[in-house]
Amino acid sequence: MTSVSMTVNGKPVSGDVEGRTLLSSFLRDGQGLTGTHVGCDTSQCGACVVHVNGQAVKSCTMFAAEAAGAEVTTIEGMANADGSLGTIQQAFQDYHGLQCGFCTPGMVMSAAALLAENPSPSEAEVRHYLEGNICRCTGYHNIVRAIMAASGQEVPAVAAE
Amino acid sequence: MPKDSGIGASSKRREDIRFLTGTGNYTDDINLNGQAYVAFLRSDVAHGTLNGVDSSAAAGMPGVVRIFTGADFEGVGGLPCGWQVTDRHGQPMQEPAHPVLAQGKVRHVGDPIAAVVAETAAQARDAADAINADITELPAVVDMSAALAEGSPKVHDDLTSNLCYDWGFVEENKDAVAAAIDGAHHVTTLELVNNRLVANPMEPRVAVGDYAAHNGESTLYTTSQNPHVIRLLMGAFVLGIPEHKLRVVAPDVGGGFGSKIFHYAEEAFCTFAAKAIKRPVKWTSTRSEAFITDAHGRDHVTKIELALDAEGKFLALRTDTLANMGAYLSTFSTSVPTWLHGTLMAGNYTTPLIYVNVKAVFTNTVPVDAYRGAGRPEATFQLERVIDKAAREMGIDPVELRRRNFIQPDQFPYATPVAVEYDTGNYDATMDKALALADWDGFEARAAESAANGKWRGRGVNSYIEACGIAPSALVGQLGARAGLYESATVRVNATGGLVVMTGSHSHGQGHETAFPQVIAEMIGIDESMVEIVHGDTANTPMGMGTYGSRSIAVGGSAMVRAAEKIINKAKKIAAHLMEASDADVELANGEFTVAGTDKSVAWGDVCLAAYVPHNYPLEDIEPGLEETAFYDPANFTYPAGAYICEVEVDPGTGQVSIERFTAADDFGNVINPMIVEGQVHGGLGQGIGQALLENCVYDENGQLVSGSFMDYAMPRADDLPNFTVDHSCQTPCTHNPLGVKGCGEAGAIGSPPAVVNAVVDALQRGGKDVTHIDMPLSPSRVWSAMNS
Repeated sequence: MTSVSMTVNGKPVSGDVEGRTLLSSFLRDGQGLTGTHVGCDTSQCGACVVHVNGQAVKSCTMFAAEAAGAEVTTIEGMANADGSLGTIQQAFQDYHGLQCGFCTPGMVMSAAALLAENPSPSEAEVRHYLEGNICRCTGYHNIVRAIMAASGQEVPAVAAE
Repeated sequence: MPKDSGIGASSKRREDIRFLTGTGNYTDDINLNGQAYVAFLRSDVAHGTLNGVDSSAAAGMPGVVRIFTGADFEGVGGLPCGWQVTDRHGQPMQEPAHPVLAQGKVRHVGDPIAAVVAETAAQARDAADAINADITELPAVVDMSAALAEGSPKVHDDLTSNLCYDWGFVEENKDAVAAAIDGAHHVTTLELVNNRLVANPMEPRVAVGDYAAHNGESTLYTTSQNPHVIRLLMGAFVLGIPEHKLRVVAPDVGGGFGSKIFHYAEEAFCTFAAKAIKRPVKWTSTRSEAFITDAHGRDHVTKIELALDAEGKFLALRTDTLANMGAYLSTFSTSVPTWLHGTLMAGNYTTPLIYVNVKAVFTNTVPVDAYRGAGRPEATFQLERVIDKAAREMGIDPVELRRRNFIQPDQFPYATPVAVEYDTGNYDATMDKALALADWDGFEARAAESAANGKWRGRGVNSYIEACGIAPSALVGQLGARAGLYESATVRVNATGGLVVMTGSHSHGQGHETAFPQVIAEMIGIDESMVEIVHGDTANTPMGMGTYGSRSIAVGGSAMVRAAEKIINKAKKIAAHLMEASDADVELANGEFTVAGTDKSVAWGDVCLAAYVPHNYPLEDIEPGLEETAFYDPANFTYPAGAYICEVEVDPGTGQVSIERFTAADDFGNVINPMIVEGQVHGGLGQGIGQALLENCVYDENGQLVSGSFMDYAMPRADDLPNFTVDHSCQTPCTHNPLGVKGCGEAGAIGSPPAVVNAVVDALQRGGKDVTHIDMPLSPSRVWSAMNS
């Protein structure tokens, strides 16, 4: 066991971890931040995406010890200071970009990383960027629309009638 | 003008707030005081004799609390099958035992052999890996035809063969169908595979067992679509726990698609072990484990023959199907290739004579059960593929051939020759809508453009029907179901006017917490925010059968309406008393009770308060309080239907298929929340297109799962799918439920695969290739091989 310290959603945290403890486990089991989800064991699904020093990272693919000293942001850190939904979160609700909610934290974190590096992506760029995030519920249609809307681009209203 | 509240409004989902802020409560988020963790040792061979389990080394490893093997479960029941199919000779199906942990034999890769309970998940895994299972490997039975061949090794030694049942439907029609086919002007024959799939909800399964010594109550937290069903099956058939001593909780569940209907060994294990060690026991599946333990879907091999007259009228239809059951009978496995498949073979058409034969086969593979659509995608795929082939053979436009055979609007209710009676429908209307939205007439211009870019463009159409809202209990009882299939709701009105609806339906993505209140709000004329939905806990909801088969709003919603009607009737009596009027004259609208022809009124909230503070109250006639329960057992299935059109481009150099347009025009009857309905269709389309182009569950000849991870099993990604054009404006409301709803959860997965394959075949034909069928998934290599063979 070694002690590891980092900043998570602006707060300093620390805990004892084994060498093999994954960042996803540290966040979920150690810090009780269960918004970060684990949907696979081969780094494919992206439900566990968090930001480490501003970069989107699959937290199941990084040891907790590797994140020592890092600034980590999880889905729990994405709301506005007053507790209201952030822009991307609100767009996901407005455009029905989630159903069961399990992939959603990773989708929101990936979307945030995309919009940080490409503030006005094309639809094709959004779809390509989400290659590492699997959703089984939505067929991606409304996720793509939500991200386009969150970027400030025109998106048709949800539902035909 | 769209509504902003009530039935028909696209109300935003209230459950989204917790899912978007990371505050959902999924089963893996539940951690109980003193909890231990379980890891399973699973068979790494498909078939073998289990000679013994040596756990002596593992027992001494750090953190190990206890190790369980099959011997610990000798006095415990096996996992039950919920549907007994009777074969064409009147005999019951062969039904093997399904132990919680393997006893004597292992029958598929992933079959659980032993379980380690330890202080941490990692310690449990480490110790499980140190257990030595002595297995003598046996030849694996993988291919269904080989499994039925004389002399094949048997998956279950105590059964007569690997044949679970040989089902004929309708058996009495067999000879007439044969005669009609023999004498027909034209017969189109097609042999096809409905590829094996893995449901893969993004949340892997989890089970947490708990036992309270002070009152002897067991609690299971589990990723289930139907907690009451799990309580009944596990309590009554496996562990022998009376239902009043067993609570099953399915909190937020991260998708199901059928795979979380069934009662699994891990649920029984955690409940059993928690009582044995007097500590909570938690199991969290890895994705790798999910691939070898979650029930798989589809896996049919079919020959279909369609007989037509010279004008293209369908005269008779005959199908022969081998359906894979896997190594054991999962909960509803036996019903899928039979009653959920054979009964849909009429499709949208007037085919007078139909005979369906299904042989269900045991193999050394993971059990196969319902996956989104369950039987209906298999029926629709073969029917809509053979119709397309017939159209090509006879030189009739595929849309026209379908139209010539559509059941007409004035023919409803329409009794098909395969036991079901469609209540309503208008198949030309959805076809017209789909053709218009897809710009069918503009296709040639787009095809020319594709050709200019070196691509072959093709289009495929299909028309589907499904049976949802399962089901009339009396009917399914006759057909072999070992359960009733009603749904329940308790509506509790609080003294201050708010309502809580406790439903047996379960939401795992469908948005019940938003859509169900829309119905209540509409009925009473109050704000949706005054209604709360409680589901997923047997301790505080009435006995219900859960959510699958697109049944929630049709059956669960109807139960809620019936309970709400009782509430309103009672509230009117209270209001009549308060207004000194006759209750027959009392009307309720916009949250206010009025007396016709007078200016008297009393608010909803005042009546609710009176019910709980009955100072001025008709106590002689009615009890205080305002809480009612209803159980709703439907009179019939519902029959959503629609027309789907897919337009593809095929790259002749590589065989790569890209979907350029996809249009879905569905008739779901009345719609409660259009936004949610469209989302359900999008998701179904994603899974159906995934089946058609990408997904394939593959075993090698030794029974090893080759596609056992997301690196090997091609889940659709965002850039594999197009934007969808969906429409639900063609509405022929269901005539036998109070909401006139039909269900929308599976349509996309049912209607899309044949549209995709029809489109690809069309593209290849337009490219000059005489290809009449390619088995799914239409990967570049399969398409390229087909066009170059």
